[in-house]
Amino acid sequence: MGSMESGEVEAGMNDRASVFPDPEAVGRLALSDSGFVFDPVSGRSYSVNATGLALLRLLQKSTGLAEVVEALQERFEGDAATLERDVIEFASVLRSQIK
Amino acid sequence: MMAEPRFTVAVSGMNAQPENPGPGLAVARCLREAYGPRVRIIGLGYDALDPGLYLGEYCDSAHMLSYPNGGSDAMLERLAGIHAAERIDLLIPCLDAELPLMVGAAPRLAAMGIRTFLPQAQALARRTKDRLPELCKSAGVACPQIKSITSAGFFRSCEADGWSYPMVVKGPFYDARIVRNAEEGAAAFHAIAAEWGLPVLAQRFVAGEEYNLSGVGDGNGRLLGEVMMKKRALTAKGKAWAGVTVFDQGLADCARRLVQALSWKGPLEVEMMRDAAGRYQLIEINPRFPSWIYLSQGVGRNLPALLTELAFGRPAPPLAAASPGTMFIRYALETIVPLGDFEKLIMGGDLSRELEPERSRELERSPEPEGAL
Repeated sequence: MGSMESGEVEAGMNDRASVFPDPEAVGRLALSDSGFVFDPVSGRSYSVNATGLALLRLLQKSTGLAEVVEALQERFEGDAATLERDVIEFASVLRSQIK
Repeated sequence: MMAEPRFTVAVSGMNAQPENPGPGLAVARCLREAYGPRVRIIGLGYDALDPGLYLGEYCDSAHMLSYPNGGSDAMLERLAGIHAAERIDLLIPCLDAELPLMVGAAPRLAAMGIRTFLPQAQALARRTKDRLPELCKSAGVACPQIKSITSAGFFRSCEADGWSYPMVVKGPFYDARIVRNAEEGAAAFHAIAAEWGLPVLAQRFVAGEEYNLSGVGDGNGRLLGEVMMKKRALTAKGKAWAGVTVFDQGLADCARRLVQALSWKGPLEVEMMRDAAGRYQLIEINPRFPSWIYLSQGVGRNLPALLTELAFGRPAPPLAAASPGTMFIRYALETIVPLGDFEKLIMGGDLSRELEPERSRELERSPEPEGAL
């Protein structure tokens, strides 16, 4: 879904608390339409693809995993199980990068 | 903001070697952008090859100082001579090694008519590297253990005393090296002691990322204008080659508590490590502006100009809101130096420039300055 400067982003389980990073941490990210992402606390910047950007925008709305997968299915190809696996993997990397 | 139509500020630290630049040139650049031709900037240096001394757009004249280890009398005598020629209204020292002398000499400088905006000697002493744990305890800020050492033998026996590698070996003013075993520790000890003298300091290693904050203490416990920066590229000496402004309330709160605990007056740079859990630990407090201070001008918080206003007894001007996400990238370039200018500095220690006619006319036409920040 994208790449990070200090680690590749790909994605991570089921409810929002255990899968996604702290909502406040995700909420502070500055997202650009180009896929450029800036964390104003850590000073780190990242680049993500269209899917990653869409996912980050969904996460900034504090959406749960099922809603995220459903929303992504409307925009991107893939079955629900594959999308869920990708989202979880992406979220895992997010949790390690955005604190 | 109202400023005097014309005033003179002397700034030291005009060395600007790419791998470890002094802050003076960046401070002068901030002042020039805030006040334009209304400020006369006097560059002070210790080496005739300090590049800032030759940059006429920032330094209207340049003078060599005697090294701080020559003592306060020699330094004051030299400053008095420069003052007689230049009529210095404000002096902004920018090098760590100068600060003890400058702080001690502040009353005599004031008697000469030279303003400073510096911390009390006690506050300066409380933020030395060997006393950081004591300061941090009183300020409620986390800090790694630090030990003053006078023998390389420490590195062979320290593990029995609960120390572990890696650790950081530091000089009293400058230099910091991460060492991974006793041999590296001893080598770092000897190198730092040879360059900066004893004691050498051993500091526990903190895993994490470094963040820096610069601001101005008002002397009454308040921190003004803080600008926070994360280094994005480093020189061989670990100095910022590129950086980006950030904002973390936790970092700002730590700095405020430190400034309050010290009743700090003047510029400072707070260096902290943020660990994986987001906790900050204090690594150093530098008693001067950092070399990246031009970034403060870049985000509408020109800290050297803020200090100037305070030093002249004027109220702190309003500053732009903190704006994370502004980058700087440093670069090296050459300035052409007439041999005669180099000769003047190396032989006589002084390089005064006459105002160019166009600049004189511009100055005469300039109205009473307002809103320079």
